[in-house]
Amino acid sequence: MDITDGNQNTDLRLRSAESFKAFLLKSSSKSGLNLYDHITRLLIKVMNEQPQNVVDVIEDLSRDVKQEYYEDKQSTLRELPQTTAEELLAEQQRALFSHPEDSEHEDELVEIPLPNVSEIGFYLEQAGVGLGREEMQRIFLALKKLVESQALPRCRLWGKILGTESNYIVAEADYREGEEEDEQITEEVAEERDAEMEKSQENEMDPLPQSTYKPPPVVQKEAIGTGANKFVYYVCKEPGLPWVKLPPVSPVQITVARQIRKFFTGKLDTPINSYPPFPGNEANYLRAQIARISAGTQVSPQGFFQAGEEEGDEEDEVPRENCEMNPDFESIPVAEMAESLSTWVHHVQHILQQGRCTWINMAVKPGEDSNEDVEDEEREEEPDEPEPEVGPPLLTPLSQDAEILNTPPWSSKLSSTLTSQHAVAVLRSNLWPGAYTYAFGKKFENIYVGWGLKYTGDGHSPAVPLAPQKEYPSGPEITEALDPTLEEEQALQEALEEQQAAQEEMEDTDEGEEEDDD
Amino acid sequence: MDSNSLFYSLELVAGSGHTLSVEQRTALQTSLVILKKNYKFHRVLFWGKILGLKEDYFIAQGRGEDEMKDKKNLYSFNCMDWFLLPPATESMIDQVSKASKKRFKGDPSYVYEHLEIRRQGDEAEEEIWVSTKVSEESRLAVTVHQIDEEVSVVPRGAFIKSPHGLVEVNRSFGGLSRSEAGKIDNFLHFCEPKNLKKKSIMEMAELNPALDFLDVLRDDIPKGSWSLQFECASQVCVLRSLLWLGLTFYHVPMTPQHGYMYIGDGIKNLDLPFML
Repeated sequence: MDITDGNQNTDLRLRSAESFKAFLLKSSSKSGLNLYDHITRLLIKVMNEQPQNVVDVIEDLSRDVKQEYYEDKQSTLRELPQTTAEELLAEQQRALFSHPEDSEHEDELVEIPLPNVSEIGFYLEQAGVGLGREEMQRIFLALKKLVESQALPRCRLWGKILGTESNYIVAEADYREGEEEDEQITEEVAEERDAEMEKSQENEMDPLPQSTYKPPPVVQKEAIGTGANKFVYYVCKEPGLPWVKLPPVSPVQITVARQIRKFFTGKLDTPINSYPPFPGNEANYLRAQIARISAGTQVSPQGFFQAGEEEGDEEDEVPRENCEMNPDFESIPVAEMAESLSTWVHHVQHILQQGRCTWINMAVKPGEDSNEDVEDEEREEEPDEPEPEVGPPLLTPLSQDAEILNTPPWSSKLSSTLTSQHAVAVLRSNLWPGAYTYAFGKKFENIYVGWGLKYTGDGHSPAVPLAPQKEYPSGPEITEALDPTLEEEQALQEALEEQQAAQEEMEDTDEGEEEDDD
Repeated sequence: MDSNSLFYSLELVAGSGHTLSVEQRTALQTSLVILKKNYKFHRVLFWGKILGLKEDYFIAQGRGEDEMKDKKNLYSFNCMDWFLLPPATESMIDQVSKASKKRFKGDPSYVYEHLEIRRQGDEAEEEIWVSTKVSEESRLAVTVHQIDEEVSVVPRGAFIKSPHGLVEVNRSFGGLSRSEAGKIDNFLHFCEPKNLKKKSIMEMAELNPALDFLDVLRDDIPKGSWSLQFECASQVCVLRSLLWLGLTFYHVPMTPQHGYMYIGDGIKNLDLPFML
């Protein structure tokens, strides 16, 4: 036993020695040397030279040995320049820090409607929300570029939507005057083009069989500058990269977006694979979600906005569409704002089930809202009567928002309990996780940072596909009949035979008569 | 994330939209030191925050000698007074998964109740109402445990398994290189491995037993349940879990800095298969 154990031990020892030697022989990826050879040479040098107090100078000896390797071994290859993504981004962000060239415009620069993002960032940080101070500064500079290049009349940071591959920073802006017409014209042109395409298809020789399916009537898009299309949105992936303008949203996109749950990828031209099919690509989906989030979570202290004055008395039935800043607004105490939801109001119009903010009569086809029963949750209770749909008016207090799935829609609190006299009131949406609002004195701001998804409670159950369309009209010639029984067959056969016999008799008599005639 | 590096690592995960106010940070810097001393922890981590309807729970995690097994979780409302969470047992996990699905309330003594009808005998007439009662405190313990089990992340090489079986911080970890940090293969689950034994010998051959004793994120099902990006001027590698929305991991390439933080509503994203 002992001998075998001893053998095994020596075996193990040998093997570990071998592996350690292999480790020493491993050559460095930088210099191509290995420790084994290096120590061998070093010891040879020590043996040859036999210096005094060799242990004190061993480091220098080692360096000398190493230097000997490097003589006349300079690489003749040129370095291959490789640009990393980091360097590319730095190059692009460099433009953010460039100073304006002509100093004559300084007066104009002051008037640029740029939000004070650093101040917003300061208050948001107290609320526990933020993108990081440096990132905020970069976004600030990027917004400045956007406002300068597009000459926007008003612009604010709307928030950030996280995606699986990259994120979107979203800026909200007012439409420029004159921009509305341009867009409408281009849309009309596109529609005409579609019509032409259809015509050219009709002219073809062999027409394909036509589907009898008639899509439900399409609800008209809201005009630029009103309802869900009140603002224009610009997105960019990283501050410094170009801003992309999002297309206006259509009601169908909003109604479908309510029924699906998808992550954003971070590329605007990604197709959305979903059921029910989403009309458009990720840019449209992003715009639809932005519209829904804005309608649900853009709130302000009560009294900050007042109803627009241009509304006449005769139009009482029309819900208010616009509100304007109240010049006499007096700030509400912060403690009160954190306490009660009735001190906050919505200042963005509610989106109806139809997908529009103002109801449009689709009286031509009355059955239009069949698929809208699926929808559950908008922030208000749905009106019982089918039409006209009426949303809550603008500037409705949040205390009237309905509870959904036993979850109160908002949580409010003070940002600090220790120094509550200088705290800000923070409001958090529970339906749209990631939507925050703060108010302090006469200042307030809404921001959304999140995945762009609504809270759905127990889980998303995707819509069930519709029943398949019937292939052919059902009629007697193709419906399946019961096979006849034996008795029935025999009876039929007998009847046929009798008939035949009768005919034959008839023929016989006829022939006989004929013969008689001849 | 380690309490010592909290002041700058919060900035690195802030891309997800959540951060802590200065008041909370300073409070944490004071209270976590005291916590470490009182509970005799080797290391204290700020784990994250679970958002409740009324109050938010701040969670801290103390680590003992074995980084993986000696874990204790604590919660607090004001970042100052910490309460120990009970360890999550099988029966607790079972009860919590039945009883509570809605949002956290923010009250640890709140009791979730779940009624279930069980039919006995051949005739379905005998109905027995079985009620499961769970307090929010144990739900919190289970949720923190589940998040740690399912989505806690470390870069490959940051922890080593010593010959005695202890899991320790690897002091010679120099960080992943930039190209390594761009691949999800180099990030590991920091929990007891479940898939490792199923690997074939071919796959195991390339692994180093001291470093690769954990499951790889790549093997997660469904594929694509992680979002890997470079943020902060493309200098920090950020991983976000799509299964537990709110978990953010950061690693600065070429440095040993890494950590994760969860700030979210504590609800697992069960809709993930529909959303990819």
